[in-house]
Amino acid sequence: MKAAVVTFPGSNRERDIARALKHASGVAPAMVWHADADLPAGTDLVVLPGGFSYGDYLRCGAIAARSNIMAAVQAHAARGGLVLGVCNGFQILCEAQLLPGVLMRNDRLRFMCKRQHLRVERADTAFTHRYAQGQVIDVCIAHGEGNWTADADAVARIEGEGLVAFRYCDANGVVSPETNCNGSVNSIAGIYSEKRNVLGMMPHPENLIDALVGGTDGRGLFESLATRMAA
Amino acid sequence: MTATAPKITLELVAEHGLKPDEYARFLELIGREPTITELGIVSAMWNEHCSYKSSRLHLKGLPTSAPWVIQGPGENAGVIDIGDGDAIAFKMESHNHPSYIEPYQGATTGVGGILRDVFTMGARPIAALNALRFGSPDHPKTRHLVSGVVAGIGGYGNSFGVPTVGGSVGFHTRYDGNILVNAMAVGLAKTDGIFYAAAAGVGNPIVYLGSKTGRDGIHGATMASAEFDANSDEKRPTVQVGDPFAEKLLLEACLELMQTDSVIAIQDMGAAGLTCSAVEMGAKGNLGVELILDNVPCREEGMSAYEMMLSESQERMLMVLKPEKREEAEAIFRKWGLDFAVVGYTTDTLRFVVKHHGETVADLPIKELGDEAPLYDRPHIANTFQPTIDPASVAAPVDNATALARLLATPDLCSKRWVWEQYDHLILGNTVQKPGGDAAIVRIEDGPKGVALTTDVTPRYCEADPVQGGRQAVAEAWRNITAVGGLPLAITDNLNFGNPEKPDVMGQFVGCLKGIGEACVALDFPVVSGNVSLYNETQGRSILPTPTIGGVGLLDDVTLHATVALRQAGDVLAVIGDTTGWIGQSVYLRDICGREEGAPPPVDLAVERRNGDFVRGLIRSGRVTTVHDCSDGGLAVAVAEMAMAGDIGVSFDTLPADIPAHAFLFGEDQARYVIAADAATIEAVAAEARAAGIPFRKLGVAGGDAINIPGETPARVADLRDGHDNWLPNYMAGEIDHP
Repeated sequence: MKAAVVTFPGSNRERDIARALKHASGVAPAMVWHADADLPAGTDLVVLPGGFSYGDYLRCGAIAARSNIMAAVQAHAARGGLVLGVCNGFQILCEAQLLPGVLMRNDRLRFMCKRQHLRVERADTAFTHRYAQGQVIDVCIAHGEGNWTADADAVARIEGEGLVAFRYCDANGVVSPETNCNGSVNSIAGIYSEKRNVLGMMPHPENLIDALVGGTDGRGLFESLATRMAA
Repeated sequence: MTATAPKITLELVAEHGLKPDEYARFLELIGREPTITELGIVSAMWNEHCSYKSSRLHLKGLPTSAPWVIQGPGENAGVIDIGDGDAIAFKMESHNHPSYIEPYQGATTGVGGILRDVFTMGARPIAALNALRFGSPDHPKTRHLVSGVVAGIGGYGNSFGVPTVGGSVGFHTRYDGNILVNAMAVGLAKTDGIFYAAAAGVGNPIVYLGSKTGRDGIHGATMASAEFDANSDEKRPTVQVGDPFAEKLLLEACLELMQTDSVIAIQDMGAAGLTCSAVEMGAKGNLGVELILDNVPCREEGMSAYEMMLSESQERMLMVLKPEKREEAEAIFRKWGLDFAVVGYTTDTLRFVVKHHGETVADLPIKELGDEAPLYDRPHIANTFQPTIDPASVAAPVDNATALARLLATPDLCSKRWVWEQYDHLILGNTVQKPGGDAAIVRIEDGPKGVALTTDVTPRYCEADPVQGGRQAVAEAWRNITAVGGLPLAITDNLNFGNPEKPDVMGQFVGCLKGIGEACVALDFPVVSGNVSLYNETQGRSILPTPTIGGVGLLDDVTLHATVALRQAGDVLAVIGDTTGWIGQSVYLRDICGREEGAPPPVDLAVERRNGDFVRGLIRSGRVTTVHDCSDGGLAVAVAEMAMAGDIGVSFDTLPADIPAHAFLFGEDQARYVIAADAATIEAVAAEARAAGIPFRKLGVAGGDAINIPGETPARVADLRDGHDNWLPNYMAGEIDHP
């Protein structure tokens, strides 16, 4: 398994995600600086971590999406390489147009940090094969701008092609306006690219890998990646 | 000096907050009329905020040492040893005045300042906490202030990337015009990697790091040293603006640099900015300092020496560097996109010399500016005696189940979830106990150690009896740490009081400090850092005396801890510690009976220690995992909180006959813990408690979906939770105007 975590100025969950990757695979990921031009040779997975890259100034993810390393990330994705963006990483992927849509301010206009159930919409991807189809997982959110939206055509295409990765739901997997924590279209918490090699998601599976610290429902994602890449 | 420099008049001196005798002392010290820059410098150094001139005398009486204390008060933060080469640096600081004027930015810069204090010591911040006090909920500004302060604390901590894991929020009309925002930060360092402020060596470069200097915050420290009046809103330009992004970069750059053996001394630029940081580094190191202001990175053109010396622009540091490491250090800061400029050097003259445009604009004796600032023994009078209230003399206005439901939905006792959900409390992945417990628990890296963290004070007790109130604040912090299984190690104190020039306010200060000191000694819980905030008054009315205590404790094995939630039906609840039904100054007396009076519950420190050590032993041996400290609202509120957290009801046993039921249920006797476990364990604990002479009383049994008080209508847990959870969101949504 060769994973690389990109650190932008203002990234702040890069250590959390590196810990989750190491926990699942036994190997610490390479930490890559945003100003670098290249990813380490043989990188299988690139992770854009959570945080407030460039302070969220201008627009979340907008400046980071234009940093040096992103050309290499784009090329990696184009080759079919795996890319995971969590929270600010998701915002960066949208700004870099690796994923469609945009993340607006939460509909309640406040930053929200809380536990949140997600429904795994498909369990046949590199990111989720250790989960079951329709499984409900309990992870957490911590964001002020996670309200995903896109134009009607893009939403129809994402839904039609099965590119929704996770939806916000209740403990029984029921998706409703009450369980939609930030106002996202169709309660979407995460989406895939067309070839399902790029995943962007607002919730933080990397903070739910330990029974002592809230639970282990986030592990499945990292174990999926680890076993897929070990193969 | 420049031709345009204003003439130093007595009016100008007064505008700088210097009293005539202080100015006379300054003139005597320098033997000539000062320049305007010098007047600015001395006003910054000798104001209350920086000099502690009213408080220093009394702070000297606090216990500050223990075998595990690495650094006590006087540095950027206190440091304690937690074993295995690990150390914890922590401190709490107020940002009260700015937060009232501009709540969002006031709160952000408060958080930013305290985080900087901690990482200046070489510690990576692992947790933040806060203690907030707002005015009455029906005061027209309260909602706006709550909203802004909470958003500001979150806005800074969330972006910086530190979990905000605990704190307290209270309301009282005495904070109407003067809210309190006390922010605490906790960082992890290595015992052999701690950095200090004292400069060393002559001719070493003094380096300016971080953000550029602007005109913001000039005279912020002077504002913090005066009472507010009706025109305080006009002081908005003195409030600085926080930039958590810049601070995050500064953190990473500083910690990276500290790995390179380049740093001789480092000091955060906080209150009074460049002036205070440069003087402190020199004075502490018994060295002079010469600054060349032409090299200071500025955000604006044409800044005067006076403005640069007094700017409180945020996210800046001053460092004394090993000369041979300059290039290596500069490369690190450039990598992080931060300013790096050599702005002066250390000297052997013991003078603080400031040069600008080739002219000497200040030349002052450095020790007298710093640690030899004025010191006052202000007149103080003891507080008037408040009578002990006989519980039998207080009639219960409503039945106890109704009183319980009401208390759980009061501004002070309601759930603060609305607040802490706006704080990222999960980042770093080590939050074992999130907000809502007695103390937060943060694991140290991959364990097994953890730290227990809390902030506490009961201002109404402090007002009614400052000595008991001071003791209680420390005891409460000690108890909250104990209740999760932590061994309390040390505290930081954030002493918020009114105008010290008033003898009754000074009496509160002196009394509270006496109580704090006694408790620290009795509980082996020394003070290692702190902050004093005086002049918390508006239009002549002072705040309640509020000495906030931030406590840190250690868990050797973080898996052995307790939480408040009841676990299963059939578990038996019991209270450790004596219940006499002490109703004076209780929340019940205030919020149900409408009487805010009486002597507060006395704190017997020997009993406190004995009971706490017993409970901690139960947790650490793994026998008891459900524990809740008993404080505001007494036994009934503690039990209801345990029931709501576990979603299980409780049936109380027959209440004792010798205490009025409402006093038994809601009285606030100290040194008590409610525990729950299976019946056999509770029976064994009862026997051990008896053998040790520790008061023990069985309270009832967990089960069902309601709180059953004998002879009263059951109170459904779901209904109690509804009121408890919804008061604050409803209030903030504007649905409650006059609670």
